[in-house]
Amino acid sequence: MDEKKTAWERLQLIHTKGRPTIKDYIPQIFTDWYEMHGDRLFGDDRAIIGGIARLDGTPVTIIAEVKGRDLNENKACNFAMPHPEGYRKALRIARQAEKFHRPVICFIDTPGAFCGVAAEERGQGEAIARNIAEFMTLRTPIISIVLGEGGSGGALALGVCDELAMLENAEYSVLSPRGFASILWKDASREQEASEIMKITAEDMVSLGVAEAIIEEPLGGAHNDLDKISENIKEYLSQKIPEKCKKDIDVLLKERYTKFRKIGAFIE
Amino acid sequence: MFEDFFNVVKKRFNDGEEEYKPPMFKCPRCQDTSPLSKYEELHRVCPKCNYHGRLASAERIAITVDKDSFRELNGGMKGADPLEFPDYKEKQAELRGTTGLNDAVITGTATIKGSPAVIGVMDSRFMMGSMGSVVGEKITRAFEYATENGLPVIMFTASGGARMQEGIVSLMQMAKTSGAVKLHSEAGGLYISVMTDPTTGGVTASFASLGDIIIAEPKVLIGFAGRRVIEGTIKQRLPEDFQLAEFMYEKGFVDMIVERRKLRSILSHLLKLHGYEQKEA
Repeated sequence: MDEKKTAWERLQLIHTKGRPTIKDYIPQIFTDWYEMHGDRLFGDDRAIIGGIARLDGTPVTIIAEVKGRDLNENKACNFAMPHPEGYRKALRIARQAEKFHRPVICFIDTPGAFCGVAAEERGQGEAIARNIAEFMTLRTPIISIVLGEGGSGGALALGVCDELAMLENAEYSVLSPRGFASILWKDASREQEASEIMKITAEDMVSLGVAEAIIEEPLGGAHNDLDKISENIKEYLSQKIPEKCKKDIDVLLKERYTKFRKIGAFIE
Repeated sequence: MFEDFFNVVKKRFNDGEEEYKPPMFKCPRCQDTSPLSKYEELHRVCPKCNYHGRLASAERIAITVDKDSFRELNGGMKGADPLEFPDYKEKQAELRGTTGLNDAVITGTATIKGSPAVIGVMDSRFMMGSMGSVVGEKITRAFEYATENGLPVIMFTASGGARMQEGIVSLMQMAKTSGAVKLHSEAGGLYISVMTDPTTGGVTASFASLGDIIIAEPKVLIGFAGRRVIEGTIKQRLPEDFQLAEFMYEKGFVDMIVERRKLRSILSHLLKLHGYEQKEA
């Protein structure tokens, strides 16, 4: 593992061109991948993909936010900023997993839900809220992994799970440091300062009880060795998925609720 | 306000020509002005355009529930500082002093025309009604209390979204509250969400949008992303009615738009329609 990088250094790193995306990881980690399309209500959002594959031979459901590897890919997937139909597709596919007793693996990699007119018209808030509530009681195991950016409600919509893992340099935050500086200080240029006080690193997530595991990245970052980082992710999943599948589902659901229930700091 | 009045009187003595002007209210929606006394008499509704302004939580409770029926839950809970964020503790202490509130929501039990309910009222005067640990915990406990006691829940939302000073911890309150709503729903409980000005961000993207019935007051702001953020994304001005209650109603995200003066009566009817009747003495 590298020497501990600052939050700011890690933010630069996860925005490095060539950082692997879900499209790089799927063929490395899974077999028999079949993608499913559309929310059956409006359309097919390319910012979130979902489908079925095998992990070590066992059928699993994959739901993932998609970053592009170049400008064309990024245009197609809207820079990983989903619209409501993306979240509704995710929920549809999660429901399917529940029906067929497949565990769900969510990969989070988004700057946040898309902020636009159409997204508001189609109920961005409602779509995210619905996913959060429904995932809380989804009767099948859910593991979420933050690959790079975990931005706000757009990340949480795939983040209600039994266990959350962070890639070593990934971040998870209530808002991008840039947006945060702009809201709080009316000065977006103070984003570096924001990133250092917001507590957004993988270690911060573990100490705040938001994440349970950190997946080590190769020296210099995930982009330096796709085989190695894929192997590390697979190793984590191969251990966790059978472990969660063995649990009684009612116990698992109670633990899932408690995991989130206990986060918060107050005095009484 | 008294001081303003005093200054006006003083001015009149000094300058006999100037006429006394009563304090005025300028509506943020229609930009028109009306006497403040008229606006306050209508419980903060603009007499010109019917915009429903922001109510202090105490006034909301007073005009909604039966007299002396409100029993507060977890009233003493105060915020901590999970991220050790610069000036956050001081900011909270200052607001506790100026508003008399401990944080941005008050929860409790009450009756409405005899029907029992758990009530939550957010207050925009405390850090724009933002949701941090205290708001998240109190709302979660309110739903859990309602689930345990077979009670319906009515939430009056007013929030700018997540409490930035609590970072990721505030984001997790969305999961916590939504989870509690879901369990209340699975137990068969009725949840009525009343969206008031403004209902935005992480509150829209969690418990506010999960009501079995969603009511909004006229012309209030409801949305996920802020107007300025969207304008920044699309590089053009948005229409005036964008994200108002009427817009969200037209798009299918609000069941009914109800004027403040009719709200108590409609809530009472809805509670009774779901079997929450006055308990026999």
